[in-house]
Amino acid sequence: MAEGRTLVAGEARGPALVLEEPLSFWGGVDPETGRVIDVHHPQLGVLVTGRVLVMPSGRGSSSSSSVLVEAIHAGTGPVAIVMLEPDPIVALGAIVIRELFGTRFPLVVVDEETYGTLRTDVIMTVRADETTAIVGPA
Amino acid sequence: MLDGDRGQAARLAMRIVVDLARVMEADRLINVASAHVDGCLYHGPASLEFAERLVAGGAAVSVPTTLNTGSLDLLHPELVRETPERARAARRQMDLYAAMGCRPTWTCAPYQLAGRPSLGQQIAWAESNAIVFANSVLGARTNRYGDFIDICAAITGRVPHAGLHLEENRRAEIVFRLAGVPDRLLKEDVLYPVLGHLVGKEAGSAVVAIVGLPPDTSEDRLKALGAAAASSGSVALFHAVGITPEAPTLEAALGRRRPSRDVDVTPEMLRAARDELSTTSREDLAAVSLGTPHFSLAEFEALLPLLDGVRVDPRVDLYISTGRDVLAEVERRGWLVVLGAAGARNVTDPCPYITPIMRVAEGPVMTNSAKCAWYAPANVGAEVVFGSLHECVRSAVIGRVWRDEHLWADG
Repeated sequence: MAEGRTLVAGEARGPALVLEEPLSFWGGVDPETGRVIDVHHPQLGVLVTGRVLVMPSGRGSSSSSSVLVEAIHAGTGPVAIVMLEPDPIVALGAIVIRELFGTRFPLVVVDEETYGTLRTDVIMTVRADETTAIVGPA
Repeated sequence: MLDGDRGQAARLAMRIVVDLARVMEADRLINVASAHVDGCLYHGPASLEFAERLVAGGAAVSVPTTLNTGSLDLLHPELVRETPERARAARRQMDLYAAMGCRPTWTCAPYQLAGRPSLGQQIAWAESNAIVFANSVLGARTNRYGDFIDICAAITGRVPHAGLHLEENRRAEIVFRLAGVPDRLLKEDVLYPVLGHLVGKEAGSAVVAIVGLPPDTSEDRLKALGAAAASSGSVALFHAVGITPEAPTLEAALGRRRPSRDVDVTPEMLRAARDELSTTSREDLAAVSLGTPHFSLAEFEALLPLLDGVRVDPRVDLYISTGRDVLAEVERRGWLVVLGAAGARNVTDPCPYITPIMRVAEGPVMTNSAKCAWYAPANVGAEVVFGSLHECVRSAVIGRVWRDEHLWADG
C-alpha cells in the first residue's frame, strides 16, 4: 500500500481503470450509462461504473463536476478517483456529492512512483481520511 | 457565514468554498468583483437538487453575476427537441439561478457584455472559453471555476487565494513559435481555432505564450483560439506576445524564467490539427452551426455580406448562436432582415452542441468552431465537418460541403 494526499475523504474498493489520457467527464462520460463517450479518447466505450478511476489530470470543460455528481448519484459513476495532479473541478464533484447526499467519495493524489504501479483491472482499496490516504491492491 | 448567520444557503456555499480552498492549499480566501455562472445548465436531477437546496436556504448572490447558456431557448422555444419532462426540469434549473439574483444573460461570452472585468481584477468565472478569455485577453484573474463553486463564489463573494489568482502562477511555461506559419494563413480566421486546438493538445493545462501572432489580431480570433485550447486541453491562460495585456514581451510573459518547452508550429502540424476536427468525409449536411462561442457584433458584420442575396438550401439548417444583448443590437441595426431572408436561424439561450436542436441523425453538422467540432460528437451525437466561415456559409447555401482549395494550399 502506498500513501497519497487526501483531497476528499472516503473509502472505496473496486477494480482500477487507468486512463491513458486525461478525460473531461463533461462530453467524456455518459452519466446514464457510465461509459466513456469522448470520441477523441483512446478508451472510448469503456465502462467507468464501480471502478477506481486512475487518471493523470483533469481536462476540458468546467461542467465536469456536474457530470461526475450526476453519475455518482445515478450509480453509474466510479467509486473513487486517484490522480497524479490535483484537479479542483473533479474535487468539487466529490465535495458536492457529500454535501448534498452524504455520499463519501474518496479523491486522492499520489506521486509518480505510486501512479506508475497502478494497473487496470487490479482490485484496489482507497482509504482516505482527513490526514492520510492509502492506495493499493486490495 | 459558516455558522449560518447569513442563512443555510450561504453556510452551504461557504462550506464548499472553504473545502475547495483546502484542496487547493490556499492560505486564505479573497474577494471577487463578479461571477459568471454555468450551473444554470441542466445536467440531471442532482444538479437541480443543488439549486433547489440553495434557493430553499435563502440564497442570494452578493456580487454582480451573469449566467451562461441554459438548456432551453426561452426566446425561440420551438428550436429545442427535448422531452417535456426534461424541458420542465431544465426550465426550473434556469429559473432557480435567476431567482438567486443572477442576471439572465444566458451567454457563454460574458466578455461581450458591458462592464467587463478589468486588468488585474479578481473574478470567479465559469465556462472554459470565458475563463481563458478573461485571463488572457482582459488580464482579469480567475481560476477554472465550474458548476457548484461558481454559484458558491457568487453567494459568498469569496474564492480560495490560489492558482491563477496569484501573480506567480500566471507565467508562461510553454512557448509556441509561429515563425514557420505563412503570413497568408495568419490573415485567415480559420487559423485561430485550429491553432488553439493544437495548443490545447500540446499544453494540457499549462500557461502558454504564443509568439508571432499579428499585433492587430482581433478579439474574436483570440476568442476562437482560447475556446479551442480550453476544449482539447484545459488551457485557462495564454499570452499572445505583443497583444495581450500581461505579455508586452516574451520575457514579461515568462517572468524572466526559462520555459519548460518550446514548440515550433509548422504548417504540417496545423493541417493535422485541422483534420482532427472533422469526424466524417460525408458531404450531405443537415446543419451548419456558427457562433460557438457566441457570435459577436463584428462576426455578424463579417457574415452579412456572405448571406446577402442568397438563401440557405432547404436541406440544411443554418444556426447562428449569440447572446440576447448582441441579438437585440443586430435587430436594432436591421440585420435580422438579411439573416431572415437568407433563411438563417438565431439561437440565443442554449448551445446547439449541448442541447438537442440540430437534426444530427440526418447528416453531418458543419462548423467554424473547433470547440463545437470537439464536443458535438459526444454531446449531441453529431458527425462534424470543420471549415472556415466562408466554407460553412457557402456549404449551407449549396446544401453540401464546399471547400476553398486555396485556404490551406502550400506557401
